[in-house]
Amino acid sequence: MRWVRENLFGNWASAIATLAILWLAWKLVPPFVQWALIDAVWVSPDSRPCRAEGAGACWALIAEKHRFILFGTYPFEHQWRPGLAILLLIALYVASALRRFWRPALALAWIGGLALIGLLMWGGTAGLAYVENERWGGLALTLLLATFGIAFAFPLSILLALGRRSKLPAVRALSVLWIELVRGVPLISLLFMASVMLPLFLPEGVNIDKLLRALLAMIVFAAAYLAEVVRGGLQAIPHGQGEAADALGLPYWRKTLLVILPQALRISIPPLVNTFIAFFKDTSLVVIIGLFDLLTSIKVALGEPAWSGFGVEAYLFAALVYFAFCFAMSRYSQDLERELERGHARTERGV
Amino acid sequence: MADKPMIEMRAVGKWFGQFQVLKNVDLAVAQGEKIVLCGPSGSGKSTLVRLVNGLEPSQAGKVTVDGIELKNDPKTIEAVRSEVGMVFQSFNLFPHLTAMENLTLAPVWVRRLPKKDADALALQLLERVRIAEQAHKYPAQLSGGQQQRVAIARALAMKPKIMLFDEPTSALDPEMIKEVLDVMVELAAEGMTMVVVTHEMGFARTVADRVVFMDQGEIVESAAPKTFFEAPRTERARLFLSQILGH
Repeated sequence: MRWVRENLFGNWASAIATLAILWLAWKLVPPFVQWALIDAVWVSPDSRPCRAEGAGACWALIAEKHRFILFGTYPFEHQWRPGLAILLLIALYVASALRRFWRPALALAWIGGLALIGLLMWGGTAGLAYVENERWGGLALTLLLATFGIAFAFPLSILLALGRRSKLPAVRALSVLWIELVRGVPLISLLFMASVMLPLFLPEGVNIDKLLRALLAMIVFAAAYLAEVVRGGLQAIPHGQGEAADALGLPYWRKTLLVILPQALRISIPPLVNTFIAFFKDTSLVVIIGLFDLLTSIKVALGEPAWSGFGVEAYLFAALVYFAFCFAMSRYSQDLERELERGHARTERGV
Repeated sequence: MADKPMIEMRAVGKWFGQFQVLKNVDLAVAQGEKIVLCGPSGSGKSTLVRLVNGLEPSQAGKVTVDGIELKNDPKTIEAVRSEVGMVFQSFNLFPHLTAMENLTLAPVWVRRLPKKDADALALQLLERVRIAEQAHKYPAQLSGGQQQRVAIARALAMKPKIMLFDEPTSALDPEMIKEVLDVMVELAAEGMTMVVVTHEMGFARTVADRVVFMDQGEIVESAAPKTFFEAPRTERARLFLSQILGH
């Protein structure tokens, strides 16, 4: 009670703000709960009950269409394969997040896991029917794009950031050119270029498939952005750190890997994760070159006349899925920061 | 003194842009000799020390360290650096590593010492600077004096033939200066070749074989401490001494 009086009604302005917020909540929350939960139609093979007078949210759409939303146009009877691939990816994320799994075996797990996912998605052997990647879609595609995108873009971005600070003029010029050119262009136009222009420049007979081209464009794009984040971290490391490493006779790469990067990346965690999250959501832009990611699948599902008009429910669902992944990333980065902060904070001073 | 000098500088010149920081500097340091470099700020003494391990390149003249002439290629610079230890004003310990890991990093990754041997060496050195009980703490958990002693031990872990000190006590609270100087005095007594930039004139008096006074990029005087403190030859040195000893 005292806390309420001090913090919510401490003075006139704060009292008015508190009342205004309470009033808004009173106006907004109950109707939303009424619509989303109480009046909602949960299961129905078609949209008729949803169109009835007084019906709330039409979650039946999600129930009916969830397979298409999650797996896109992947052949219906084989959809357990992308399903399993999604679970595998999530398992890999979780294992990578736990510090006690941070050992060389984790890299092997990733290689093995990704190989297995490739096998599951493509098939063609081990009794699995071949599925061309034009038909991959939904959440599986979104996760694959994000995972491979970040996995390649991040190391590349570190090289670019180091390159931009290099003493070698050619390396520096190339890095600056890449970063500035790519950063100055929207991702959409890069995807267009990758999908429309790139094939024109390739020699006759060489054909990189659409998914790979999209992925390449996204890696090129994300690397440029991440490079500037990493460079920010590098700039923040005091000059003396590099000098101390130099004075000990550590050659450039050892100095960079053992002294500079561990510190630079640690302080870059918040902006790095920020960029990762933005990148995860940017994967939805592959729609413009005709790939069926999570968001596109939803749009197509809504295109069916039987279910048209229930966009709010479908997009809320999409938002929830994106939010789950992004929020997990964000929380994890906060935990990691706190963990790495130990030892750096002046917690206990030596005597 | 008939031996070849450990450090030899001949007609060394250096510019930062238009500004000449070192003018025609000649200096030879014999094995086991302890030199104290002093002079007003901006006189070029830090730059001079940093020439010895190639942290700054010279633009004129010749710098030779333990028979290796410093050229602008990574190989000779790395060769010289593994022979020369350096201690900085701001300690520059690696904050993401414990005291112990700070000491073992270079021996393991440059000298290729097995981890076990590097650990043993590190512990022995931490004991020598009287800080073994803090071996597993991070730099931020240590006081300034402790950090600087770890930094000295870190440089010693590479078994250098020469130790450079660039104002090692200037960033310390007064009560911590002594614990660092004590370590340096011991090191001197063991016969280490040392070049020390410092304003600790007590240290210069007791430890230095020679005091080198610099002003405006030039070596103005070079004499035994007794001579330098009691009978400086130049007006500039007299002025400098009166300023730092006057308070």
